[in-house]
This record gives sequence, structure tokens and C-alpha cells, in this order.
Amino acid sequence: MKLREIVAAAGLTVRTVPRQLDAEVTGGYASDLLSCVLAKAQKGTLWVTLQAHPNIVAVASLLDLAGIVITEGRDLDPGTVEKANEQGVCIMTTEHATFTVVAKLAELGVPGVD
Amino acid sequence: MEKKPTQEITKLQELTYELTVGQAMSPEVITVSPQNTMAQFREVLRANRISGTPVVEDGKMVGVVSIEDLIKALAAGELNTAVGDKMCRRVETLYADEPLVGAVDKFARFEFGRFPVVDREGHLVGIITQGDIMHTLLRRLEVDYRAEEIHRYRASHIFEDIVADEAALVFGYRIIGRDFDRAGEASGNLKTTLSRLGFNPRVIRRVAVATYEAEMNVVIYTDGGEIVAEVRPDRIRIEALDNGPGIPDIDLAMQPGYSTAPEWVREMGFGAGMGLANIKACSDQMKLESTIGVGTRLEIVIHVG
Repeated sequence: MKLREIVAAAGLTVRTVPRQLDAEVTGGYASDLLSCVLAKAQKGTLWVTLQAHPNIVAVASLLDLAGIVITEGRDLDPGTVEKANEQGVCIMTTEHATFTVVAKLAELGVPGVD
Repeated sequence: MEKKPTQEITKLQELTYELTVGQAMSPEVITVSPQNTMAQFREVLRANRISGTPVVEDGKMVGVVSIEDLIKALAAGELNTAVGDKMCRRVETLYADEPLVGAVDKFARFEFGRFPVVDREGHLVGIITQGDIMHTLLRRLEVDYRAEEIHRYRASHIFEDIVADEAALVFGYRIIGRDFDRAGEASGNLKTTLSRLGFNPRVIRRVAVATYEAEMNVVIYTDGGEIVAEVRPDRIRIEALDNGPGIPDIDLAMQPGYSTAPEWVREMGFGAGMGLANIKACSDQMKLESTIGVGTRLEIVIHVG
């Protein structure tokens, strides 16, 4: 499933320059612990988290993730979007909580990464 | 039969385990209802240039009807009969999340031209033909082949042009302690470099994860240090050095979940006590040496291929 379709279906707000929306999302993973993401998330994984600081960009970029969904309407730290644009990482935000977003992704057929 | 399968066949077999039915199927399914007549079914086939469809009633799949059923109906002059009377009720389906190899097996066992694909709740989510499988495998092979070509071209050129019994490329990265804005740059740059050298993505992932964790340890706990990567065609050795406070009990530090990170670092999602465990999981060899008040030296080796 393309990131573009997920953004539309889940009502996400794209905060970065929308260049990576044709990326294929191969799975989903939710965690606020960066080490867990590093251990589990794969290339093409969509990462759902509460973290909004610039370090999440490095994690997503290292793993070639499909993008990051930041939940509960958290304010992005200054620099997070700038860094993400620099490294070609797509950042999306939503007012919904992580559980709600994950449930929606599951409904759309995005498989969990275990 | 040849004893040794060619590389292409092995690669194809590998891919059928790697890819899922969902990745190869066509998500747009044309269906008919059991109340439709065979004449209507014929029009559906003609309009869509297909040779069969699942039969769906109230959102549930109740059968499959194919061009063969249509030919039989034609021969018997029963074009006005309902699809429900002519369809095949015994339906073999595939799950979207099962490996593609399951579909390959089913096509070999049954003489059907297509299989409906369902999710684990039984809802129809797509349809798959042998053509879909071939198309997906070929497309994937092409992508992998191109990547492999670049790998061979670049990596072999660099290492083959060097006249030496052994050759290694050494890259050094400086890490600034407590600078969370620049944290991750060393591992990011090393990842980019290895990609340009054409290393296998799986090797790069292991290096990237291990190096990032090592880099974050230096950023979180010390005033700074360096990461040195020694890259050879067959192995990558990474050293992370710092002059920080040192680790009092290495065995304890290695335990997953053990962390001495301050609260504000944990709030950022670091310091979960998983870093060293992650490094270990990514490396073939790992050596951690530390002296209190002097510093820490981490050395890991990752074999290539």
C-alpha cells in the first residue's frame, strides 16, 4: 500500500515536503523507545510514535522507514521537520492516540512488524 | 536434474518466501452475484477481459465461476440459468499475509487459473493469477539485479584497483558528547558511504543499527569520542572510543533493560537499556572494554555475505 493512500484513509497531516508519498508501506510498528524501533522496524515500515524530537529522523533514515506518524497532536520540536526534509524522511501528524492510529492501519491491511 | 540449482532459481525460491500473496495479488476484484445469469457473467468476462470471477453474496464469497462453466452453459443452452447454479462451490483461497510460496504450491496442486485472496477474517481482499506471481517476481528480480550490478561495479572496482595482499578502507567520525542535534550523523554518514560502496542492504542495516546505538552511548554518557570503521570486502570492523566515565559493571550493562540513563534522556526514548543488546544482536563479534575514569572501547565485527 502506498503511503499516499494511508495518509488519505487515516486522515494524517503531512508535515514534510511531500516527496516520499509514493513509497510502498510494507508494515507498521509502534513504539516510543528508539532501541526497540532500531531492533524491529524494517525498510518500508511506517513508525507510529509520540516522540517528536529531531533524533527520530536519524532513526527513520538509518532504517529507510516509509515514514513517521507522530500521535496525540504533539508539537514537533523545531528542527525535526527541517532535518526530515534534509534526509528525505516523511513526517505525518495526527490528533489521534497511537492505539487509534494503529487500529486504523490494521484495518487498512498494514501488517504489523514483529 | 542438475545437482546444483542455478543462482537464479535459488533467488526466485527465496523471493517466494520473502514476498506475500498480498504483495503480488491484484486488489481490484471483479465479482458477480449468484443471482446474475450466465449471460450477464459472459458480459462481465468480455468487458473486463478476464476468465473467471469470485461469486459474492452479502459480502461473503460463496463460489467461483469461470469461462469453463460458461462454455458448459453455452453448450447446454443454459445462458439464462443463474450463476449460483453453475458456479463451483468448493473454493480454494489464499491468505493475503501468507508467503507467496503458498500460492505457487496451490497453482501446482489445483488446476485453477486464479485464487481469491482473503484476509484472516475471511473477507475477499484480492485475486491472484500465475501471471501476477510471475510479474511480481520478475519486477523484484529486476530491482535486485540492478542493485547487485551497482554493488559489483563499484565495490569490485575500488578493491580490485588496489594492489595489495589485503586492502581496507578506514573511515573516522568524530562524535560530540551531549549534542543531541547532531546525534546520529556518524552512523548516517557511515550508512551512506557503505551504500555507495554497494554493500548488501542487510549488512548495511546491521552496521547502521549497531553504529547508531554505539554513537548514542557516546553522545548520552560522555563528552565525546570517535567511531572508526575499517571496511574490507569480507568484513566490517567498527570501533567506538570515548574518554567518558567508563562502565563499572560490563556484565550488568549488557543485560537487556539495564540502564543508568537520566530521566530526561529516557523521555526522549533513549536509555531503555537495549542499546548494547541491539549491538550484540547485529554483530558477529563484540568486545567491550572499559576503565572507570579513563574511557570505553567497543569493538564489533560484522561479516559480509
